[in-house]
Amino acid sequence: MSARERIAGNVANYVDERTGAAAWMKKNLQKVFPDHWSFMLGEIALYSFVILLLSGTFLTFWFDPSMREVVYEGSYEPLKGLEMSAAYASALDISFEVRGGLLMRQIHHWSALIFMAAIVVHLLRVFFTGAFRKPREFNWILGIGLLTLGIVEGFLGYSLPDDLLSGTGIRIAEAILQAIPLVGSYLSYFLFGGVFPGEAFIPRIYTIHILLLPGIFLALITVHLMLVWYQKHTQYPGPGRTEKNVVGYPLMPIYMAKAGGFFFIVFGVTALLGAVASINPIWLYGPYTPGQISAGSQPDWYMGWLDGLVRMAPPIEPVIFGYTLSLNILIPGLIIPGILFTGMALYPFIEQWITGDKREHHLLDRPRNAPNRTALGAMALTFMMIALINGGNDIIATNFDLSINQIMWFSRIGIIVLPPIAFVVTKRLCLSLQRADRELVLHGRETGRLVMMPSGEFVEVHEPISPEKAWLLTQHEQSAPLELEENDARGVRRPGLLKSKLRKRFAVAHAEQVAKPTVADLKEIEHH
Amino acid sequence: MSNEIETIKDPGVPAHKLRQTDIDPKAADRAERQVAILFLLSALSTVLFIYSYFFISTETFIFIPLMGDQNAHQLFLGLGLAFSLLFIGLGAVHWAKTLMPDTEVIAQRHEFRSPDSDRDDFVKTAKEGAAAAGLGRRSLIKRSLGLAVGLVGVSPIFLLRDLGPTPGEELKTTSWKAGSRLVTDPGDRPIRPEDLEVGSVAQTLPEMAPGKDHRSLNDIAKDAVLLIRLRPEEFNLDAERLSWTYQGIIAFSKICSHMGCAVALYEQGTKHLLCPCHQSTFDVTRAAKVIFGPAARPLPQLAITVDDEGYLVAQAPFNEPVGPSFWGRSK
Amino acid sequence: MKRLSRHRRHRAVAPLLLIFALLGIGTTFQVAGAATTSPMTAEERTAAIAEGKEIFLRGCSSCHGLNAEGGSIAPSLIGVGAASVDFQVATGRMPMADMSQQAMRKDPVYNDEEVAALAAYVASLAPGPEIPSEDMLNYERDGETAEGGELFRTNCAMCHNFAGQGGALTQGKYAPSVMGVEPVHIYEAMITGPQSMPVFSDKTLTPKEKLSIIKWIKAAEKEPQLGGVALGRVGPVTEGLLVWTLGLGLLIGIAVWLAAKAK
Repeated sequence: MSARERIAGNVANYVDERTGAAAWMKKNLQKVFPDHWSFMLGEIALYSFVILLLSGTFLTFWFDPSMREVVYEGSYEPLKGLEMSAAYASALDISFEVRGGLLMRQIHHWSALIFMAAIVVHLLRVFFTGAFRKPREFNWILGIGLLTLGIVEGFLGYSLPDDLLSGTGIRIAEAILQAIPLVGSYLSYFLFGGVFPGEAFIPRIYTIHILLLPGIFLALITVHLMLVWYQKHTQYPGPGRTEKNVVGYPLMPIYMAKAGGFFFIVFGVTALLGAVASINPIWLYGPYTPGQISAGSQPDWYMGWLDGLVRMAPPIEPVIFGYTLSLNILIPGLIIPGILFTGMALYPFIEQWITGDKREHHLLDRPRNAPNRTALGAMALTFMMIALINGGNDIIATNFDLSINQIMWFSRIGIIVLPPIAFVVTKRLCLSLQRADRELVLHGRETGRLVMMPSGEFVEVHEPISPEKAWLLTQHEQSAPLELEENDARGVRRPGLLKSKLRKRFAVAHAEQVAKPTVADLKEIEHH
Repeated sequence: MSNEIETIKDPGVPAHKLRQTDIDPKAADRAERQVAILFLLSALSTVLFIYSYFFISTETFIFIPLMGDQNAHQLFLGLGLAFSLLFIGLGAVHWAKTLMPDTEVIAQRHEFRSPDSDRDDFVKTAKEGAAAAGLGRRSLIKRSLGLAVGLVGVSPIFLLRDLGPTPGEELKTTSWKAGSRLVTDPGDRPIRPEDLEVGSVAQTLPEMAPGKDHRSLNDIAKDAVLLIRLRPEEFNLDAERLSWTYQGIIAFSKICSHMGCAVALYEQGTKHLLCPCHQSTFDVTRAAKVIFGPAARPLPQLAITVDDEGYLVAQAPFNEPVGPSFWGRSK
Repeated sequence: MKRLSRHRRHRAVAPLLLIFALLGIGTTFQVAGAATTSPMTAEERTAAIAEGKEIFLRGCSSCHGLNAEGGSIAPSLIGVGAASVDFQVATGRMPMADMSQQAMRKDPVYNDEEVAALAAYVASLAPGPEIPSEDMLNYERDGETAEGGELFRTNCAMCHNFAGQGGALTQGKYAPSVMGVEPVHIYEAMITGPQSMPVFSDKTLTPKEKLSIIKWIKAAEKEPQLGGVALGRVGPVTEGLLVWTLGLGLLIGIAVWLAAKAK
C-alpha cells in the first residue's frame, strides 16, 4: 500500500466511523447517469447560480446599499461633482477604483442573464420531452418556482446600483403595485417606506437580493437536485433503454470529470463574456432621478416580455363608482403573467387529466410523437416571442427603419392570431414527421442511387435502416384517447358531463397520431 | 391493442465500440499530452491574471482588431481568469472522453411504491399515533390548538406595519401652489414668457421654498413640469383649459399618467409628446389627450399665468393627482 | 483741462471729434456685434446673398417656393435664420433625397462657400437665429463636462438616448445619433429646433449650458470602451441578444462536444 493509499484510507476510516458514509458513498459513486447534451442545460443554470454566489459575495464587500445622497469624487470625470446616491457611487467605485471590480460586476451580470437563459432552455427541453410526467410533477413545479424567483432576483439585482435605467424600471414596478385595487398605494408605501422613490427601497431589496432569495434558491435547488438524484434521471428512448433501467456512465470517475469540468467551462465562458463584452455601463446611464428618462429604456431580457405586454395593452382604465381600475396595467402586468405561470406549473396535471395516463414515465418522448403537447409548447413560445419583440420595439424601429406604431399594431394583432397558427402548423409538422418516420421504417432510407430494372423502369434504391434505428422510430407508445362513457352502467347520465365532454374533446385532439408501423406492415412491404 | 399487433423488437444496447485511445497506446499517450497541455494553458492563464492585476496600469488602452480600443488591465485580467477556468474544464472533459472507460453501464430502476406491508405498517403507526394523541376524541384540544397556531402565525404580519406610513392624501398633492414660480431644471432660474420661442420646450420645477437649497427626489417625482410654447391659434382647447395657458405657453405634468416615467420627448412638428417607456403618445394641442399607447388618461395640465414681475407662475395646484393611477385616485 | 477748454474753438476740433465718434461707434459695434455677425464685409455679403439666391432658385425653390414662402410640401424659410440653413445644408439633410418623414444626415451636396451663400440669402429675408461664431463655440474653455452630462440626460436623452446614440419617435421618425457631429451643428440644432426637435431657447438653456452639453458629447465620443465591446450603447436589448447567440451558443456547442463519444 502506498503512502497515498494509507492516508486516504485513514481519512475514509475517520469519516466512516462517525457517519457511516462508506455505505451510501459506495452506492452513489456508482450511480449511473444517462449521457446527452440536452441534459446539461440544467447544469448550466446550476453552475451559473454558483458563479452568481461567488461573484456576488465579492461585490458585497464594496457595495453600499444606501440611498443617502453623496457627491461623487471618484475617477470617472463626466460624473465628478454630481450628486447621487451612495449605492450608485459605490457601484461606480467598484467599476473604477477596485481592481477587478468591473470584471466581477460584469461576470455577475452576464452570469445572471445566462442563468435565466439556461433555465428557459432547460424548461423547454423538459417540456418538449415530457420529462415532467409522473413521478416528476413536483420537480416541475419547483422548476417553475425557480424560474419565477429568478426573474424577481435578477430585477432586484440590477436595480441595486440605482442608475437611471434601473430606477426607471423600479418606477414602473411601483406603478404596477400601486395599480392593485384597494391596497395598491398602501403596498407601495410599505415597500418604499413612503412616497416614491424614498430612501428605504435599495437597502430593503439588498436584503432580499443577497439573503432571502438566495436562501430560498439554495433550498429549492437542493430539493430539485435531490429529486433528480433519487428518482434517477430520465433518458432518451433507444436500443436497450427501457422504462425500468438507466443506461449511461457511472458518477465516478466519468461524471465527476465531465460535470465538474463543465462547471469550469461555464465559469470560463461567463468570465470570457465579462472580459470582452460590456454590460450594464451604469456610468453612462447616470444616477437615477425621476425627472430624467432615456430613449430605448428596457428591462433585462427575461422581463422583456412583460414590458412588451404592457406596451401593447389597450388603454382601458374604467372608473367605477369613483374608484380607478387600471386594467391597462393589471392585465398585462399581473393577470396574464399569473395565468401563464399558473398554467405552466399545473401543466403536468392538465395533461394527465386529458390523457388519463397515471403511469410512471422514465423514457422521454420524441417531441414529434406528442404532437399536441409540442404544438402547445410552440404556441406558448410564439406568444412569449411576440411579447418579447414588442418590448424592444423602439430599438427595432431605430435600427431597421420601422415605425413603433406599426410594430405595436403588429404585436397587438399578432399575439392573438399567430399563436393558434403556430399550434396548427407545429401539430401538422409533427404528424408529417411521424409519417416520414413510418416511411423510413417501412421502405428504408433513400440512397439517391438509381437502378434500371429489366423492364426499363427506373427505381431508387432504398437501404433498410438498422434495427437500432427501427426500434428508435417505433418504440413510442400510442394510446387511444380516453374512453368516457356518457351514461353509466344503468343508463343514467353522468354528472359533470360538460367537463368530461371537454376532456374527451381534448383527449381526442391530444391523441392524434400517425399509426406507427408494425411487424405485419413490414411483412406486407416485403411482398412487394 | 399491442397483443394483436406485433411491434418491432428492441435490439438491445448496441455493442461497445472501442475508441482510438483504447486500441492504440500511442493515441492514448497523445490524448494524455493534450489533456496536460490544456491544464498547463490554464496555469499560464492564471499567471497572466496575476500579472495583469498588479502590473498592467488601469489607464492603459490597446487596440484589438474587431473590438477596437480596450482597457488593457480589464481585458487581460478577464481573459486570464476566463482561460484559467476554461482550460481546466476542457482538460477534464477531454480526459473523461478519451481516457476514462466509456463502456455504458446499465442500472435498474426501482419501483418507488413501497411494498404493501410497509404501507399498512405506516397507516397503522400513524393511526395509533393519532389515537394516542387523542386528537380524534378530544375536539376541544384540536380546536383550541388550531386557534393558537393560527393566531401566532398571523402575528409577524403586524410587525411589518411600520414598514411605511399610509399614503393619506400625499399621492394627490404636489408642491405646486397658486403663485409658485416655474424655474429651470437644472439651474433654478425663473422664466419669463419672452424667454421661450415658439416651438421651444423647457424642463421646469416649482421654485424652492425660501430657506431650502435642496430638492428631494420625492418632490421631483411629482413636481416635474414640462413647459411648451406653441402659437396660440394652434390650440384646440375648451375655454377653461385655454385660460390655463398663457400666450401660447402650456404646462403639463412631466410624470406619465401611465406608469410614471418622465414624458419629456416633444415632437415639435406634430406637437405630440411621446413617453419612451411604453410609447404612450399625447397631443399637446388637445391638453395632452392620449392618442396612442397604453396610457388611459391625459397628462394633468398645470394652469399658468404671469406674476407682477413678469415671471411665469402656477395659477393653482394641479386639478388632479399626477403620476400613475391608484384605486382611490378620483375620491 | 484749462488748456483743452482754451482751444475749444480750434478749427481741427470738429473733424477730430467726428473721427473719434466714428471710431468709437464703429469699435463698439464691432465688439458688441462680434458674436453674431459673420466675418464678411458688406461687399462680400451682397455677393453672397446674390449667389445664395441663385443656388436657392436652382436647388430649393421647387419645394420651398420662389420666395422661400413655403408650400404644401415644405415649410416657409422666412425667419428661420442662417443657423437653420447652415445646419440643414451643411449636414446634408437638405436638399432632401426623398419625401419621407424625416431628413437624414448624409454627404452635403453644397460646399462650405455655397452653404454660406445660401445662409446669407435666407438670413436676408427676415431676422432669425445666426450661425454661432468660433468664440461662441469654445466648449473646452466655457463648458463643464459633468454639468453637460446632467443637462444632456434631462433635456436630450429622452430622444437621443443616454449615450447620444439616437432613439425612436412616432410614426417612423427618429432622433439621430449625436455622435460625430460638428459642435457648430449641435449648437445650431439646439437653437433652431430642426423638424421634430424642439427649440432650446438661450434663456432656458443658456449658451454656457449648451457648451457644457457639447463638451459632454465630445467627451462621450472620445470615451474608450470600458469593460469590453460596447454593444451599441443601447442597453439590455443587445446584451440579451449576445447571451442568446454567443453565450448559449458557445455553452451548448461545448455541451454537444462533451456528450459526444470520442472516436
